[in-house]
Amino acid sequence: MSTSVTSEKTSETAEKQETTWQTLRRGLALSPELRTGLAGTLLLALVYMVGRVAVPVAVQQGIDRGIVGGLNLDVVWSVVAITALILTITTICGYLMMRRLFTVSETALANVRTRAFRHVHDLSMLHQQSERRGSLVSRVTSDVDQITQFLQWGGVILLVNLGQLVVTTAVMLAYSWQLTLVVLVAFLPAVFVIRQLQRRLGTAYATVRQRTGTLLGTIGESVVGAPVIRAYGIAGRTARRLDEAIDAQRVAQQRAIRISIVGSSVGELAAGLALAGVVVLGVTLGVDGTLSIGQLTAFLFLVTLFIQPVQIATEVLNEAQNAIAGWRRVLDVLDVAPDVADPGEQGRKLPGGPLDVRFAGVRFAYPGGPPVLHDIDLEIPAKSRVAVVGETGSGKTTFAKLLTRLMDPSAGAVLLSGVPLAEVRFDSLRSRVVMVPQDGFLFDATVGDNVRFARPELTDEQLSAAFTELGLSDWLEGLPAGLDTPVGERGEALSVGERQLVALARAYVADPDLLVLDEATSAVDPATEVRLQRTLDAVTRGRTTLAIAHRLSTAQAADEVIVVDRGRVVQRGPHDELVRDADSVYGLLYASWLEQTR
Amino acid sequence: MASKTSRDVLSRGLGVLRQAIREQPRIFAVAVVGSVLFGGMIIVSARVVGTVVGEVALPAISRREVGTGTLALAAAALFGISVLRVAGIIGRRLGAGYMQYRLQASYRRRVTRRYLELPLSWHHRNSTGTLLSNANSDVEAAWYPIAPLPFAVGTLVMLVGAIVSLFATDWALALVGLAVFPALFALNVVYSRRMAPRQARAQRLRAEVSGIAHESFDGALVVKTMGREAQETARFAGRAGELRDSLIAVGRLRGVFDPLLETLPSIGTLAVLVVGAFRLRQGAISVTELVSVAFLFTVLAFPVRAIGWVLAELPRSVAGWDRVRRVLDATGEMPYGQRVLDSAGTLGPATLTFSDVHFSYPPAEAHQPGAQVLGEVGFTVPAGRTVALVGPTGAGKSTIASLAVRLVDPDSGTVCLDGVDVRELTAASLAGTVALVAQVPFVFDDTVRANISLDRPGIDDEAVWAALRLAEADGFVAALPDGLDTMVGERGTSLSGGQRQRLTLARALAGRPRLLVLDDATSAVDPRVEAAILAGLRSSTAEPGVPAASILVVAYRRATIALADEVIYVEQGRVVARGTHSELLATVPGYVDLVTAYEQAEVERAQESPYGDEVAPLPSGLEIEVDR
Repeated sequence: MSTSVTSEKTSETAEKQETTWQTLRRGLALSPELRTGLAGTLLLALVYMVGRVAVPVAVQQGIDRGIVGGLNLDVVWSVVAITALILTITTICGYLMMRRLFTVSETALANVRTRAFRHVHDLSMLHQQSERRGSLVSRVTSDVDQITQFLQWGGVILLVNLGQLVVTTAVMLAYSWQLTLVVLVAFLPAVFVIRQLQRRLGTAYATVRQRTGTLLGTIGESVVGAPVIRAYGIAGRTARRLDEAIDAQRVAQQRAIRISIVGSSVGELAAGLALAGVVVLGVTLGVDGTLSIGQLTAFLFLVTLFIQPVQIATEVLNEAQNAIAGWRRVLDVLDVAPDVADPGEQGRKLPGGPLDVRFAGVRFAYPGGPPVLHDIDLEIPAKSRVAVVGETGSGKTTFAKLLTRLMDPSAGAVLLSGVPLAEVRFDSLRSRVVMVPQDGFLFDATVGDNVRFARPELTDEQLSAAFTELGLSDWLEGLPAGLDTPVGERGEALSVGERQLVALARAYVADPDLLVLDEATSAVDPATEVRLQRTLDAVTRGRTTLAIAHRLSTAQAADEVIVVDRGRVVQRGPHDELVRDADSVYGLLYASWLEQTR
Repeated sequence: MASKTSRDVLSRGLGVLRQAIREQPRIFAVAVVGSVLFGGMIIVSARVVGTVVGEVALPAISRREVGTGTLALAAAALFGISVLRVAGIIGRRLGAGYMQYRLQASYRRRVTRRYLELPLSWHHRNSTGTLLSNANSDVEAAWYPIAPLPFAVGTLVMLVGAIVSLFATDWALALVGLAVFPALFALNVVYSRRMAPRQARAQRLRAEVSGIAHESFDGALVVKTMGREAQETARFAGRAGELRDSLIAVGRLRGVFDPLLETLPSIGTLAVLVVGAFRLRQGAISVTELVSVAFLFTVLAFPVRAIGWVLAELPRSVAGWDRVRRVLDATGEMPYGQRVLDSAGTLGPATLTFSDVHFSYPPAEAHQPGAQVLGEVGFTVPAGRTVALVGPTGAGKSTIASLAVRLVDPDSGTVCLDGVDVRELTAASLAGTVALVAQVPFVFDDTVRANISLDRPGIDDEAVWAALRLAEADGFVAALPDGLDTMVGERGTSLSGGQRQRLTLARALAGRPRLLVLDDATSAVDPRVEAAILAGLRSSTAEPGVPAASILVVAYRRATIALADEVIYVEQGRVVARGTHSELLATVPGYVDLVTAYEQAEVERAQESPYGDEVAPLPSGLEIEVDR
């Protein structure tokens, strides 16, 4: 828990390094569609704001020319009629302004959302895994939501109120510069205090967000870990942790609202001060003959119009800051250059036919970590079936990831049929090279839909045929609804082994020329595994397959075994040959395997 | 029909608000008092402004002479009103905020308590995402109208006060008020009614967009390795587009109503000018009264919005409340019993007995029959013995493991520990007696130490290290940067699969269970490491050679099976055969296929191979040793 707190803190401070304007510029550069018709929208907004000061001006005109000093109903009538006309126009302009604003901004933000989504998928596996999953999801959900919600609510308020502040000040100045000065002086300390408070409010809201994150994590753990909590009878401990997280969030929320209340109280007091000042000075000026009674009345109305924006500003500016921070986080994701990038149009296609593999001086280390693979030089001929074996942590999975270009080597190159992987276009690579990861992740859909993931055009008949070819038709028929059986969230309605079967079928129908299996059948029972192995052998004949395995049955069936130990290839050759040296790494692994299975 | 349902939502929404007030009456009273004070001061301030203009400024300007005392009094009154308004604001906002947050916290606590109490079968029926949002966003939505509620109540009081004060001033001006205030109120109601379904739709789409993002990023590796980024993006973009359209629809409605809600009071002020001028000519009112009423119309517009806010949030609140209630009212807890086994902690290994156990998972939809997973399952794990549970993928082995530690209860039949039905045991006694190591390891986002001890009493660092040694995990834990204090990260992402398995194994061992249930719990561990772990499990730490626990082990590996005193072979949820490994080998063809799969494959390969005679010789001595 302590680490997550500190990382949140550092990200908060990192956020502060870029100013709001820089973020806005960067955001506008990324979404030029936001500028569409901006001038027109601003013009409409300006007209809309004029409506706000129409009533005080009408009150002044009506009182001065139609009421005080001789009642003249005709003047009152015409003042009211003109003002009503102005209000009609400004109301329509308000509607048009909002309509344009929302259409443009929502469209632009939906595009940003979709681009960020795509970009996350384009990031390398390492990068994806270095982020908490939830935080990547936030980039395309809550962060963007925060921006749109702000625009819908606070954004308009902010825009209109800023305008109101300007227009009101202008009208006040037109009536009396002395009274305007009084109002400004009354508000000056409030503005200063509110600025200070706003900074503290920002920190307070940041704490709320961070504690909400912790709370969500704690709730998530209590839900996902329900079996463990029950099995170990630790409901009491879990409840305590939940209570702590819930209360911590509540305390932070209460603190934030206290600061916010101080802000609006200060604004309110300033308003009282301004009103009192205007009355005292206004009457004095009126006695001197420089201010009419209508102007004084209008001023009292204008002061309330002046208060509103200042009071609302505390709240809205904070929302604005949150929205900007959200935008910044989205932009930051979009700005990360994918470190394993698709060469795209400039790239090459893989040559047709079976693929051979070459590792040329390949070295690999995780960022900031010790080397995992050292100077691997090796060739795998086309159509051969190769098993990579080694103890946990020997680097064998790294092989699979380099071969499928989930990661790039730190030095050296991996070549497929002579083409360096880094030059291969992803559409070519992903359709010809398919990996089955150990965790058979399934989407919340039917078995059939999961299998046709890579090739949506396949019919149910073709899918059934594929299961039959893999020798899995009995299993499929045993499911409640065959291909239409829903697999549940992450495939959890199926057993772990069954998920692997579906994942394997999914890779099989993708029809790759190079199939990489990363312990793809580790949770399947031995009889099924052996059966699968044999059918896979048959159906992948003519293609290149590379299987990462700790069940050595896979190695025995392979044309060649590559033995990895501490990041180096220490042995290679057919199983029968390797096993002769009983003291070799493979010999020992095999002895242990026999001990386990015989 | 639509209006009927929306009236229904309104009355139910008010019911939710009543519930809130019942739970937090005192703080609500504070908020309402503050709000009424604030509203009252708005009416008073309009009066004072009118009086200042009509009684102070007007005579002073016409007489060209100012009375300092009156002026000071006017200024003091205006400032004094401000101070009282501040008091009102503090009471209202503090009360409303505290009330909202307290209710949220209280219901989050109740919902998560319920999660801990409800059985796993209930958890299985609800997705993780649903449960998360029940405790988070649904609770939040339920109490969302609480924030503006005191303001709205205060505003209602203030509106009544305003009408009364208008009638006290002049009936003609009061009529203007009677036209404008209800219109303003009605406009707010219409606005909220129209907005609610649009907001609900946007909210639903937001959740769907989030669901797609969650799933797609969870399956990022599959998406990547199959090159389906473009299709996934299209799937996401489709839903994001719907969300965009729904938000634009929300915005357009806002565009219609926001300017209207602002213009209406302005129109009211203009009407006051016209009507007021007439009445002024008739001598029925004074300038003071005219200005008071005009000012009142200007300052009333904003608070009336609060009523709209409450109404707008009601549908969301009702929906959230319904989902929260669904959790709180869910039944089917698995209550624990009163009996305690081995209270002195002196008993040795426990005996596990399954008698005629049937089990089916509840159906996904109510009208479908549940899928029967187990039928007529009966077997015994005698004290101190190791029993292996063997069967093909999907045979029901994990379900048997869950039943043994009472994660789920059977439909019929009994599961007994030392002859006592597990349903009669207390939670503590059950947890102290049995431990399950699941197929998929789960670790908490906490330190290694906390993951193993789980704050259970009597598990100190020494016990943690002993358990780690037994699970062959002491080596890698010692090599971690902070040892036992190392944080393992969300879901243990900083560890490998095998390391996570060994941690969960150590967690089980640390509690010194009398029955250990291993559900294929070493699948991600290398064979050599597994062999070492199993050897350690077979003899207790205290007395070598004497087993510390009975063991029920789900296994495929023959070495694991060979350690068992008895093997139970299951197929399609039924016990097909039981006996020693060699007995089953001799009599059960399905068992033979399963456990000798690798050898058979090898033999067949050897026959197919032109070098069949060069197959590596089996170290026969080993086989005898293991099969003993």
